[in-house]
Amino acid sequence: MSAERIHTVLRGTISILVVAALYETIARSGMFPRALMPTLGKVGSTLIDLLADGTMLRHAFYTLYRMLAGFALAVAIGLPLGILMGRYRAVENFFLPLTSALMPIPSLAWVPVFILWFGLGNMVTILIVLYAATFPMVLSAWSGMRAVNRLWLRAAGAMGADENAMFWKVILPGASPFIITGLRQAFLRAWIAVVGAEMIAASDWGLGWVIYESREYLKVDVMLASVAVIGVIGFAFERLVFGSLERATVQRWGMVRAAKG
Amino acid sequence: MAALPETLTAGRITAMGEGHLRALVRNAVPFLVLGALWEIAAHLGLFPETLFPPIETIAAALYRLTVSGILPVHIAETLLRLAAGFALAAVVGVTLGILMGRSRRVEDLALPLVSIGAPIPGIAYAPLFMLWFDLGNKSAILVVAFVSAFPIVFNTWTGVKAVKEIWVRSAQVMGADDRRLFQHVILPGALPYILTGLRLGLAQAWRILVVVELFAAVPNGLGLLIFGARQFLATDVMLAGIAVIGIIGLALEKLVFQRLEQATVIRWGMITS
Repeated sequence: MSAERIHTVLRGTISILVVAALYETIARSGMFPRALMPTLGKVGSTLIDLLADGTMLRHAFYTLYRMLAGFALAVAIGLPLGILMGRYRAVENFFLPLTSALMPIPSLAWVPVFILWFGLGNMVTILIVLYAATFPMVLSAWSGMRAVNRLWLRAAGAMGADENAMFWKVILPGASPFIITGLRQAFLRAWIAVVGAEMIAASDWGLGWVIYESREYLKVDVMLASVAVIGVIGFAFERLVFGSLERATVQRWGMVRAAKG
Repeated sequence: MAALPETLTAGRITAMGEGHLRALVRNAVPFLVLGALWEIAAHLGLFPETLFPPIETIAAALYRLTVSGILPVHIAETLLRLAAGFALAAVVGVTLGILMGRSRRVEDLALPLVSIGAPIPGIAYAPLFMLWFDLGNKSAILVVAFVSAFPIVFNTWTGVKAVKEIWVRSAQVMGADDRRLFQHVILPGALPYILTGLRLGLAQAWRILVVVELFAAVPNGLGLLIFGARQFLATDVMLAGIAVIGIIGLALEKLVFQRLEQATVIRWGMITS
């Protein structure tokens, strides 16, 4: 470890400790009521209790189930649609204007309408996630198809690749950096959408629901513990799932350089 | 983390060479088809009309709300809230990002905090802000500022780091002092990234603002309009509100950021439109 690297780690640790100490001081000073600003020890012990008795896992399970269901649907619809838009002009002409018009509408704005249409519960949350995640998927797949190097297509054509081989061996791998970026963006939006939709439309279980419900009872320790769990899961997906997907595909094929840090 | 697809779409639509009229017609067709399907579904009576109103009812609601002055008030308050939060985030975020990019010490201190905060969706801590800073405008604005600050800091920092070392050295050799170096080399050099950060930050804030307005129990705002309309089963008002939200979202992207890019980084030839 070089001296500079040690400095970096040291300074990073210091800044996290300083912020934690600052929070702890404010929490203990009694500037805010203890219920509104619990000490870090309290938040930690609440988190451990909730993990130990399984409640937190159950909340996380419900949230993940809703998010993954919506996300899987979004990929199942968005990816083929984007690919078709990239290949056929007519499909592009029809769906591109719709996508551009519907994408800027925040998915959470649909929550009240979806509640009226489908009733409270899982269905609303899954559909909101679907709405949030589909458009980035479509647009990324579409731009990926358009970004495939023309030279590769001609080379494959000259070597006698048929339609089928051309698509699976050249176009799809060529578009994959964009597709993976699309999966990432879709996930980020899905993760926000699921938490927001749960706050309004879920009942009984879910990380978003527990945060909103705890507010009523001023259980700020539970809220902070749930926020931490949401952050950890989001981080894990971003780094572990999409990071390893990227390493296994586009980085191994040498199509993008590994991001630094 | 790129906002590329949206930009590409816009480029594609404006770059059509065969006359505005044909492009207009072609872009209108999908909406006409979708509208026709909606009308058929609404008039067939598959769903109760209160829950699935035909387009003319939605348009009437939009008109009614506009002339009575209710909608403009909601729009103005929501936009003010967005602008206040976003301005705060832009000032703090760009400053911090630049400091992080220029000074190793600040980078080491701030980066761990930014990396911890960035992956947490703002909507998750919005209810906490309501408890800590009371209901109302202040907490709504703070949530907006907090949410948009992360992508702004991150992209500004990346941008400053991405300024070519050779530009900095040449400017220094030619005798630029710190102020000029910053003003004429680093800021313009990092601007494409800064603009991306601002764009992402604003988009993220816009996406959760409707719900934040509901949590903060502010008196007026588009979020309140649609969530309030739910109590009365006024689906036409809700859909009219959603349409307005969509149009504002599109306008922020197309009018504000594309203009800004045209006037700066595209004109300087740093990115192609």
